[in-house]
Amino acid sequence: MTALLQVRNIVKTFGSLTAVDDVSLDIAENEFFALLGASGSGKTTLLRMLAGFETPNGGKILLDGRDISAMPPNKRPVNLMFQSYALFPHMTVRANIAYGLEMERLPKPQINARVDEILAVIELSAFAHRKPDQLSGGQKQRVALARALVKRPRVLLLDEPLGALDKKLRGAMQLELKRLQHEVGITFIVVTHDQEEALVMADRVAILKDGKLLQCGTPREVYEHPVNRFAADFIGVMNFFEGQTQPDGLRLADGTRVVSDQPMPMGAAVAAVRPERIRLCPGDNTITGTVRALAYHGLDLQLHVETAHAPKPVTVRLTADRPEAQTLKQGDAVTLGWAATDTRIFPA
Amino acid sequence: MHSPARQNLMLLIIGLTFAFLYIPISVLIGLSFNEGGMPTAWTGFSFKWYGELFRNADILNAGLNTLIVAVCATTLATILGTLLAIGIEIRRRRGRALEALIFAPMIIPDIVLAIALLSFFSLLKVPMGLHTIIAAHVVFNLAFVCAVVRARLKSFDWSIVEASSDLGASAWTSYRRIVIPVLAPAIVAGALLAFTLSVDEFIIAFFTAGAGRGSTTLPMQIYAMIRFGVTPEINALATLVIGVSVTALALAQRLNKGALPGQ
Repeated sequence: MTALLQVRNIVKTFGSLTAVDDVSLDIAENEFFALLGASGSGKTTLLRMLAGFETPNGGKILLDGRDISAMPPNKRPVNLMFQSYALFPHMTVRANIAYGLEMERLPKPQINARVDEILAVIELSAFAHRKPDQLSGGQKQRVALARALVKRPRVLLLDEPLGALDKKLRGAMQLELKRLQHEVGITFIVVTHDQEEALVMADRVAILKDGKLLQCGTPREVYEHPVNRFAADFIGVMNFFEGQTQPDGLRLADGTRVVSDQPMPMGAAVAAVRPERIRLCPGDNTITGTVRALAYHGLDLQLHVETAHAPKPVTVRLTADRPEAQTLKQGDAVTLGWAATDTRIFPA
Repeated sequence: MHSPARQNLMLLIIGLTFAFLYIPISVLIGLSFNEGGMPTAWTGFSFKWYGELFRNADILNAGLNTLIVAVCATTLATILGTLLAIGIEIRRRRGRALEALIFAPMIIPDIVLAIALLSFFSLLKVPMGLHTIIAAHVVFNLAFVCAVVRARLKSFDWSIVEASSDLGASAWTSYRRIVIPVLAPAIVAGALLAFTLSVDEFIIAFFTAGAGRGSTTLPMQIYAMIRFGVTPEINALATLVIGVSVTALALAQRLNKGALPGQ
């Protein structure tokens, strides 16, 4: 089966700056796909090329196997939900949502029926006659979403859809978006800088850095098997130990050996382990340190442990109800251990 | 904070300032309704002089001329000024500006602009009349309309134009249904301002009207009449001009408060 949307070796330059550098992606029908990256990673430029607001300098964008790279935005069966929502301030909620259907020159009764339907889905039927400036942030966000969705696009692009919402609402809307995507059966491509948001919502995540695609995979793949040090650091929290590779493992500066079941690169390398993989007892890899800070997060307890092996304190996450978590306090000497299978090795 | 004495003093100053500004105008308006027509004695309320006004062919002709000039100059200046403002804003967003040049007609003294336009029309050997007054009024009205629309464009969110295009609208449809309606309060305010300026503009009209009496505008007519002394008709005429200007200005200000249409 060919993918719904195929991005082939796409390049975009602004003057001497390469914003998107030879990116290729396949996005399947009904997929919830996230483009994840820091600001300046090229994720928004890539999204704007998919919407048609930027023309690529090289490469192709195929939708249903057809090249749409040169197609203007108003002709593409793709809609974009803007980060600022970009609602029309002089129109009511209803007129905002109907606008895209009027552009398709649909008959009036059909437009009304579809607008009513989507208003019910976003639960804003009672607000149909309000103007955008009479809505809350969350309501505006839903109107923007409805305005794009009502067109039933092949692909819906969302630029930082939850960026303007407060933290609590964002959490609720992440699940809401995912539910909605499932319900309407439209391919969603979300741009976000929030790695947690990407992991929660997306079926697959693409990590971009400096315009290049670093890694693309399911949230579990990118979390458990990051391809390099940057990806490992970018997704979730990761502890790093720098050293030199030896036949029997990675030697840290003080001579401590770190073992892994992964193949070792030559020369300088870095070992990485997730905070939740570390136990307070010896393991395949064992180090010692002093607890510098404790943070209680309800479900788990986060420790910052100062060690001789890494410049930054090692982060450890324990389930808060474990017996050893009950008595720990700042200044305690602890032994940290983790398995070779939980150790990732990357070239430095 | 302030002592009562100080506050009273301040109120007095404010009162005197407003009296200085508005008593002459009130006297003029009052006298326009004076039956006897003499500034020295009030002989009773009457619309007599307004009636006289409408029997004076010269004044009616001048009034019609002023209306033609103001409507034509306002229409042209509003269209051109709005397009200019949008054009400048788009260029500015790309990092270029030629603002100072555009606003020169607002700053240059009227008399200088008047002489410049007169020389220009003479040089081109354009026969002068109402059309040259209209052209001259467009020159300075354009700058005012452009300034008002530009102010609104400063806070204009261009992503709504992209959204319109994304939803399937052509560039033309986006302008017609999104850009123009959102800018409408500023465009109308600019037009009303231009109209007001055009109605009572004297110097430039005087210089560019040519020799014929056919293109006399109201301010020019008033000036001609006043050389033989202030007649009660002039008071009535001036009162009408004030009425038109104040109404237009008040509307313009109201619209420019930032209210969107329909609110």
